[in-house]
Amino acid sequence: MYQAIVFLPLLGAILAGLIAIFGAHARNPSGDTVEHHDHGHAHAHASIAHDDHGHDDHGHDDHHVSEPPAQGSRAAELITTGLLFVSAGLSWFALVDVGFLKHDARIALLPWINSGDLQVAWALRIDTLTAVMLVVVNTVSSLVHLYSIGYMDEDPYRPRFFAYLSLFTFAMLMLVTADNLVQLFFGWEGVGLASYLLIGFWYQKPSANAAAIKAFVVNRVGDFGFALGIFAIYMLVGSTDFETIFHAAPGLTGKTINFLGWQADALTLTCVLLFMGAMGKSAQFLLHTWLPDAMEGPTPVSALIHAATMVTAGVFMVARLSPLFELAPNAQAVVMFFGATTAFFAATVGLVQNDIKRIVAYSTCSQLGYMFVAMGAGAYSVGMFHLFTHAFFKALLFLGSGSVIYAMHHEQDIRNMGGLKDRIPYTYFVMLVGTLALTGFPLTAGYFSKDAIIESAYVAHNPFALYAFLMTVVAAGLTSFYSWRLIFKTFHGEPHDQEHYEAAHEAPIWMLVPIGILAVGSILAGFPFKELFAGHAVDDFFRESLKMKPHIIEEMHHISPVIAFLPTVMMVGGFLVSWLFYVRRPYLPVELASQQPLLYQFLLNKWYFDELYDLIFVRPAKWIGYQLWKKGDGFVIDGFGPDGVSARVIDVTRNVVKIQTGYLYHYAFAMLIGVAGLITWFMFGLGGQ
Amino acid sequence: MTTWPILSVVTFLPVVGALLIYLIRGEDEAAARNARWIALWTTLVTFAVSLILVWRFDASSADFQFVEKTSWLATGITYHMGVDGISLPFVILTTALMPFCIIASWKSITNRVREYMMAFLFLETLMVGTFSALDLVLFYLFFEGGLIPMFLIIGVWGGPRRVYASFKFFLYTLLGSVLMLLAIMALYWNAGTTDIPTLMRTAVPRGMQTWAWLAFFASFAVKMPMWPVHTWLPDAHVEAPTAGSVILAAILLKMGGYGFLRFSLPMFPLASHDFAPLIFTLSVIAIVYTSLVALMQEDVKKLIAYSSVAHMGFVTMGIFAGTMQGVAGGVFQMISHGIVSGALFLCVGIVYDRMHTREIAAYGGLVNRMPLYAFVFMVFTMANVGLPGTSGFVGEFMVLLGTFKVSIPTAFFATFGVILSAAYALWLYRKVVFGAMTKPSLASIKDLTFREGLTLFPLVALTILFGVYPKPVLDMSAASVQQLVNNYNTAVTAVKAAALLH
Repeated sequence: MYQAIVFLPLLGAILAGLIAIFGAHARNPSGDTVEHHDHGHAHAHASIAHDDHGHDDHGHDDHHVSEPPAQGSRAAELITTGLLFVSAGLSWFALVDVGFLKHDARIALLPWINSGDLQVAWALRIDTLTAVMLVVVNTVSSLVHLYSIGYMDEDPYRPRFFAYLSLFTFAMLMLVTADNLVQLFFGWEGVGLASYLLIGFWYQKPSANAAAIKAFVVNRVGDFGFALGIFAIYMLVGSTDFETIFHAAPGLTGKTINFLGWQADALTLTCVLLFMGAMGKSAQFLLHTWLPDAMEGPTPVSALIHAATMVTAGVFMVARLSPLFELAPNAQAVVMFFGATTAFFAATVGLVQNDIKRIVAYSTCSQLGYMFVAMGAGAYSVGMFHLFTHAFFKALLFLGSGSVIYAMHHEQDIRNMGGLKDRIPYTYFVMLVGTLALTGFPLTAGYFSKDAIIESAYVAHNPFALYAFLMTVVAAGLTSFYSWRLIFKTFHGEPHDQEHYEAAHEAPIWMLVPIGILAVGSILAGFPFKELFAGHAVDDFFRESLKMKPHIIEEMHHISPVIAFLPTVMMVGGFLVSWLFYVRRPYLPVELASQQPLLYQFLLNKWYFDELYDLIFVRPAKWIGYQLWKKGDGFVIDGFGPDGVSARVIDVTRNVVKIQTGYLYHYAFAMLIGVAGLITWFMFGLGGQ
Repeated sequence: MTTWPILSVVTFLPVVGALLIYLIRGEDEAAARNARWIALWTTLVTFAVSLILVWRFDASSADFQFVEKTSWLATGITYHMGVDGISLPFVILTTALMPFCIIASWKSITNRVREYMMAFLFLETLMVGTFSALDLVLFYLFFEGGLIPMFLIIGVWGGPRRVYASFKFFLYTLLGSVLMLLAIMALYWNAGTTDIPTLMRTAVPRGMQTWAWLAFFASFAVKMPMWPVHTWLPDAHVEAPTAGSVILAAILLKMGGYGFLRFSLPMFPLASHDFAPLIFTLSVIAIVYTSLVALMQEDVKKLIAYSSVAHMGFVTMGIFAGTMQGVAGGVFQMISHGIVSGALFLCVGIVYDRMHTREIAAYGGLVNRMPLYAFVFMVFTMANVGLPGTSGFVGEFMVLLGTFKVSIPTAFFATFGVILSAAYALWLYRKVVFGAMTKPSLASIKDLTFREGLTLFPLVALTILFGVYPKPVLDMSAASVQQLVNNYNTAVTAVKAAALLH
C-alpha cells in the first residue's frame, strides 16, 4: 500500500511527462540544419518575418491564449489527478492504520549508496508523523490537481504542468517517508527541483525565470548547512539511518567537534547545521527572500508547494529529528529565535503589500515561524498540529486568491479590486472561512493550533521563550490586521477597476469543489484533532515518532486564562483596526503612510533584504568572479605561465637571431674571444691545481 | 582464466580499425562515409568486447585481473597489462563513450574525415592502454602518446584560435611529462623494475617519496587539471571540436585522477599524507575559484570547462582524504563526470552545429523550438549541479562525506561549491534555453534529430540510473579501493607509531 501511495504520483508524472514531451516534439520539427547559414538572403529574411509573427503569438502574453492546447492535455490531467486521488484515499487509510491501530511499517526498497561502513538504502519509514504528512501532502495535492484543471484551462502546456505537479508530490512523499538523512535530502532537493520548474513554468517571463533561480539558489544555501549536518552526523555516528542515529544520540551529549577552530558542542552544532537547511526550505528569517518571489508561479503551485507542503518540510525535518534536538537545548533556542523573528518580521511586511498573493505568501512565512516556535519549545506535536491545520486554510486562501485572480483576468493588485463580494459570493465566503481560520477565530482550525503554539512558547524553558511569546502574540494581531485588510480591499468597498469588475465571474466547478472541501477542512481540522496533537492523547498517537519535551503539554494546560485569551484579544484588535482603516475611515492608512514615510518604505521594501543581499553577496560574487577570471587566470597564471614562457622563448630567439648578423668578422671576433677565454680558463685551472 | 588476451584485444582493436580506414584511399564522399562507418563499427565492437571484461570480472577480488605479461624492452621492463576495480570502470567509460563521439562527429566533420576518424581510434587505443598498463614505461608511452592525437584533433579540426590552444596544452603538459619521466627512472633504479604491482609492494625511501611524489604530481595536476595549472583547459575545450571536448572532459581529465590512485597513493603513501593539506588547499581553491569564474563566462564551452575544473577539485580532495568514501567517491565522481560533462559538451555541440556560435548571448528561448533538447539539457544541468537522483550527487556526496572526517575546514569550504554550481549552471540554462524566442537568427532552429537523440538519451538513462542505483560502479571498485585505503592507512599509521617511539 505504501509503495502505491508514494509511487503512483511518480507514475502519473512519468505518463504526463511523456505526453508533454512527445506532444511538444510533434509540434516542433527536428533537424540539424547545418547549412542554415549557407542559405541566401531571401531565406534569412523569411525567417525574420516568421519570427516576428511568432513573437506576436507568445511574446509577453503569459497565458498563450492564441496557442492551441497540447494534445492529450485532458488525458494527462485525468491520469495524474486520478492517481493522486487514489494516493490520497490510501493516505487517510494509512493515518488510521498507523495512528490508531499502531501498525508502524518499515519497507526496504533498494540499496543505494554502499561504500565501506556507509550503507544508505531506499526505504520507506511509516510512523504517525509520516502518516500525518502523507495525509496533508496527498489531500492538498489531489485537490490542487483538481483545481488546476479549471485554473489552467487556457494554458497550452497543461501536460507539462501536471507532470511537474505530480513529480513534486512524489518528491515530497519520498521526503516524508525517508528512513535516513540521505533519502530525506533526496526528497528535499527533489521538491526544490519541482519548485524551480513550477515557479519558472511560464518560462517566457524573465521575472519567473529569475524567481525560479533565486528559489533554487537560496535553498541551496540552506542545503549547504543541511549537507554539513549530515556529514557531521555521519562522522559522529557512522550511519545516516534515523534508527541508528536516535539510538546513538544520548551518547553524544558532551562531545565536541573542532569546527573551524571553534570547539563546538557536537549535538548543538549538528542540529544548528541541519536547521539551516530547514531555514532555507521553510523560508525562515534571513533565507526567506525566495518565497515572495516564488509567487511568480501559477497560483495552484503557490497553494500546494509554497503554502501547504514543501515549505513545511523544514518543520517536518525538525520534528523528525526531535530526538536530536531534544538533546541540544542551545539548538532549540536558535530554532525558537528564528521562528519567533520570522513570525513577527513577515507579519510586518505583510501589512503593506499590495499583491494579493504576496500578502498570503508573507502570511505563510509568518505562520511557518509559529511552527518553529513550537519546535523550539519542544512541543513538536503542537507544531505539527499547526502544520496540519495551516495546510488546509492556507491552501484555501491561495486557491481562493487564485479564484479572485481568475475572476479578475489575472489582476493581482488589491488596489485595483474592491466590491467583489457581490460578483463572486462563493469565493468571498470561502475566503472569509480561510481568514477566520488564519486569524484564529474561536472554534476554527487555526484557533486551536495557533493558540497552542503561543501557549507552548509561554511555558517553554528556553532563553528565548519570553521573546517568542511576545513576538507571536504581536504577530497574531498583525496577522488579523493584514488578513482583514486583504478581505476588505478585495471584496468590500467600491470597485476600482470597473471594466474588470463587470467582467468578473465565478470560477468553473473544477475550482469551486476543491476550495469548498478545503473550507470544510479549515473548520474541521481543528477540534477533532486537538486531543491527538495538543492534548493527552499525544503520546499514544505519535509514540516513538516524536520525542516531546516532558510535561510540556501538561504545563500548557495549566496556564492562566489571561494569557490564554491574549491571542484572541489581539485577533479582535487587529480586526477592529483593519475595519477602521479600510471600511470606516479609508483615508487613515494613507495619512499614516505619509506621516511615517521611513517606516512605510522600510516595510514596503521588505526590510530591504533583497537590496542588502544584492549588495553583500550577489555583486561581490560577480565582481570577484570577473576579477579572478581576467586578473587571476588571464594576467597572473597565464601571464607568468604559458603565455609568459612562450613570450620569453620568443624574446630569447629574437635576441639569438640578432647575434647572427652574417658578417664574417663578427664571427671571427667572437671566436677569438672564445679562444682567449678557453686559454685563460685552462691556465688558471691548471695553475689552481 | 581467459584463454585469449582479451585486454590487448580491447586496447588494440581500434588501431586495427584505423589501419582499415587508412587502407581506403580517396578523398571523395564515399571514402568519408566508409571511414565513418568503419570507425563506428570498430568502436561498437570494442565496446562489446570490453563488456566481456565486465562480465568476467571478479569484483570480490582486489587483484589485477586479465593479466598479460610478456618480455619486452629490458629486464624489469615488460609488456604487462591488467585491470583492477579502479581501472576497469575507466576502461569501460572510454569504450562506451567512443561510439557517441563518432556519431556526434557524423555530420559536423566534413574535411579530412579519414584522418579524423583515425586520430580518434588511435586515441582510444592509447586511452584504454593508459588505464590497463601495469608497467611504468608502458604506461608512460600510452599516457603521453595520448597527447598527440588530441593535439592534432584540436590543432586541425579546432576553432579559430586552435593553434594557441594546442600549444598552451602542450606547454603545460611538457613540464609535467619530463618530471614524471625522471621519477620513473628514479623508481627503476631504486627497485630494478618498472612493474607496477611490484612497485606497489616495494617501500620507497622517505626522501625519495617526496621528490617522486612531486614529479608525478606535476604531471597529474596538469592533467586533472588542478588550480593553478588549469588555464589550458578552457582554451582547449573552446577550440576543440565537439567530440574532442567530450573525450577531453570525459576521459583525458580522468587520467590525472587515475594516476593519483595508481601511483601517488599506493607507492608514496607517506608523501601523499604529507602533501594532503596542499592538495586540500588547491582543491578547495579550485572549487570556489573556478565556480566563481564560471559565473562570469560568456562562452558556453568555457563555462562548462570551468565547472569541470571545480568538479575535478572534488575528486582530488576525495582521493587524498584517504578514506573509503573519499576514494570510492572520487572514482565514482570521475565516472559520473565523464558521462555528464561529456553529455553537456554534446549538448553544446548540437546547438553549435546549428548556429556556429558558442556565445551564451546568442541563444535564448530554445525551449520554444527544441523541447526534447531542453529536457535533455535540463537532466544534465541538474546532474552537474549534483541533484540527488542523478549520478552527479552520489560522487560529490561521498567525497564530501569522506573528507569531512579527515578535514572539516576542507569539506566546509568545498561545500560552497554546491551553492555556486547551482548559480552558474541554472544561469546558463536560463540564458540558453528559457525565455522567449526573440532572436531572429534562432527562429528556424529545429529540435534534436534521431542521430542526436541516439547520442544523448542513453546518457540520460545512465545519469539517472547511476543516481538511483550506483551499486554496479561502486561494487566494481569496492574491493580495490578498500585495499588501497587499507594499505595507505597502514603505511601512515606505521610511521606515526614509529615517530611516537622516538
